[in-house]
Amino acid sequence: MAVTDRALKPAPPRRPPSSKKVRRITFSHRLSRWDVKFSPYLYISPFFLLFAITGLFPLGYTAWVSIHNWNLIGGQGEFAGLDNYTFILSQPFFWNAVGNTFSIFLLSSVPQVVAAIVIAAFLDANLRAKTFWRMGVLVPFVVAPVAVGLIFNNLFADQFGLVNEILRSLGFEGVRWHSDPTASHMAIATMVNFRWIGYNTLIFLAAMQAIPRDVYESAAIDGAGRLRQFFSLTVPMLRPTVIFVVITSTIGGLQIFDEPRVFDQYGLGGADRQWQTLTMYIWELGWGQRNFGRASAVAWLLFLIIVLIAVLNFFITRRIANQGGTK
Amino acid sequence: MSSIPLTAQTAGKGAARAASRRGNRRRRKGPGGTGRRPGFLTYGFLGAVLLGSLFPLYWSFLVGSHDSTVLSRGIPLLPGGNFLANAAQVLDSIPFWTALGNSLLVSSVTAFSVVFFSTLAGFAFAKLKFKGSKWLLVFVIATMAVPTQLGVVPLFIVMSRFGWTGSLWAVIIPALVTAFGVFWMTQYIRDALPDELIEAVRVDGASMIRAFWHVGLPAARPAAAMLALFTFMATWTNFFWPFIVLDPSNPTLPVALQLLQAAHFVDYSVVLAGAVLSTIPLLLVFVLAGRQLVSGIMQGAVKG
Repeated sequence: MAVTDRALKPAPPRRPPSSKKVRRITFSHRLSRWDVKFSPYLYISPFFLLFAITGLFPLGYTAWVSIHNWNLIGGQGEFAGLDNYTFILSQPFFWNAVGNTFSIFLLSSVPQVVAAIVIAAFLDANLRAKTFWRMGVLVPFVVAPVAVGLIFNNLFADQFGLVNEILRSLGFEGVRWHSDPTASHMAIATMVNFRWIGYNTLIFLAAMQAIPRDVYESAAIDGAGRLRQFFSLTVPMLRPTVIFVVITSTIGGLQIFDEPRVFDQYGLGGADRQWQTLTMYIWELGWGQRNFGRASAVAWLLFLIIVLIAVLNFFITRRIANQGGTK
Repeated sequence: MSSIPLTAQTAGKGAARAASRRGNRRRRKGPGGTGRRPGFLTYGFLGAVLLGSLFPLYWSFLVGSHDSTVLSRGIPLLPGGNFLANAAQVLDSIPFWTALGNSLLVSSVTAFSVVFFSTLAGFAFAKLKFKGSKWLLVFVIATMAVPTQLGVVPLFIVMSRFGWTGSLWAVIIPALVTAFGVFWMTQYIRDALPDELIEAVRVDGASMIRAFWHVGLPAARPAAAMLALFTFMATWTNFFWPFIVLDPSNPTLPVALQLLQAAHFVDYSVVLAGAVLSTIPLLLVFVLAGRQLVSGIMQGAVKG
């Protein structure tokens, strides 16, 4: 690696010992000055170059594709203006996908944060075998979302699924997880929660451990019980972390694809698109119907939605931060 | 993709905080300040959580070790003897070994490249003075919030123009760098590498790249290892883009797993046997490096 690395970057030369004499402006001294001046740009350039090519350019180009008729096979067609957008916005399936995406997102993010905080509170004790418990909650994180999807698809099977068998043995009726929209959203949200609760638990645990212990001690002296301490001390002090977790999970959560994609074998989100998310809709338009123009229009709209929510998040966060005493 | 950004903006001051926390932990007692060991309730609750996080995997093995009719005969409690037969069927119906090799290759190359470029850029951002560095770093941080996944259509157009669709390059190239990696390494190197050390080797006549190689890289090693681990796992479990761009004949593991479902949707014992098989490699990684993974998430988590 060392060899190739140097071969790739010829600019920073070695300074011969003579350049130590600072006053004399020799060639090697000039080289050394260039070294100082240009090396930093050289070191950060791979990131910026690659990111521009594979990240920024495609995002901008998406807008270009979205205002053209564009076919997966045929390529670029005529300029279409906003036709793709007006078409998409008139599609019931688009609005259906918007609703599904938000529904799944809410059903997964809210319980996820609550569960993670509670579990973290239990982990934030003087436990035996701390590392064992911490590793234990993180096991689901190593299971790929696709595998999680397949496993829970079976657990939530309408017929002979474990969840329904348990419900029936308790005297309830089985739920039609694969046809009722809300039920399917709950099943998919469960997959997301399964994979991410442990991860977020550790984030909250770290934040809890950063809370000074003497705060708890003085609360205990004032007679606050464990529960009171949790609600009056721990939870308010976690607020910045909660906001952070919510913001970051928004970006990923609104692009959810893997779990709903494998919730049945057809991958389109159910017979009536009960659990088709926006990213799945992009896939269906682009690679199912081979209409890249329309797929790009949806991608761009989803991008705008995410930006909008990020901005909204930012203002709410600032509001809360100004109101609350926490930094 | 979504797994990495989650720690993103919080990575701040990782090392310093971690060090101070380590001191804290030695002194600290329970949240009540009592130092008492928690009671049965706590262990009972955590035990239940642990069961919950292990159960789906156990269930997958349970179903995967019976035949296709097992669930219609009632809920099994113990594994059956059919796992190897199901595994053989998995190997028959999807190119499992190809997928395993591909996943290994793609994840390793990606992890290596992300760590290398991120350390290089992190070293520059943290320790070298240059015009625009502040602004450029803000740009890097801002790009962490950009959902690049939404650029799949043009990315696909570009890849097919180069004739790379179906090849592993199409998966590797867009993953060679991450904004999170640059940010993570910048934060770490800023705290972990004293300026004096760089000055010392510079005074001794070392060029910038030598300073990076002999001082920067060794100092960054712990954070680099963590970044490698996270990148490896995130790439291994990534599905959306590989699913779009790879052929069914040359997939990565998650893509192959989805093919298995399409082929065997009636016989769920084979599908879940495949799910188990595909999870084993990362479970091994977890057994070996789970401790580092935990501390990596916790270090990155403290709000920055």
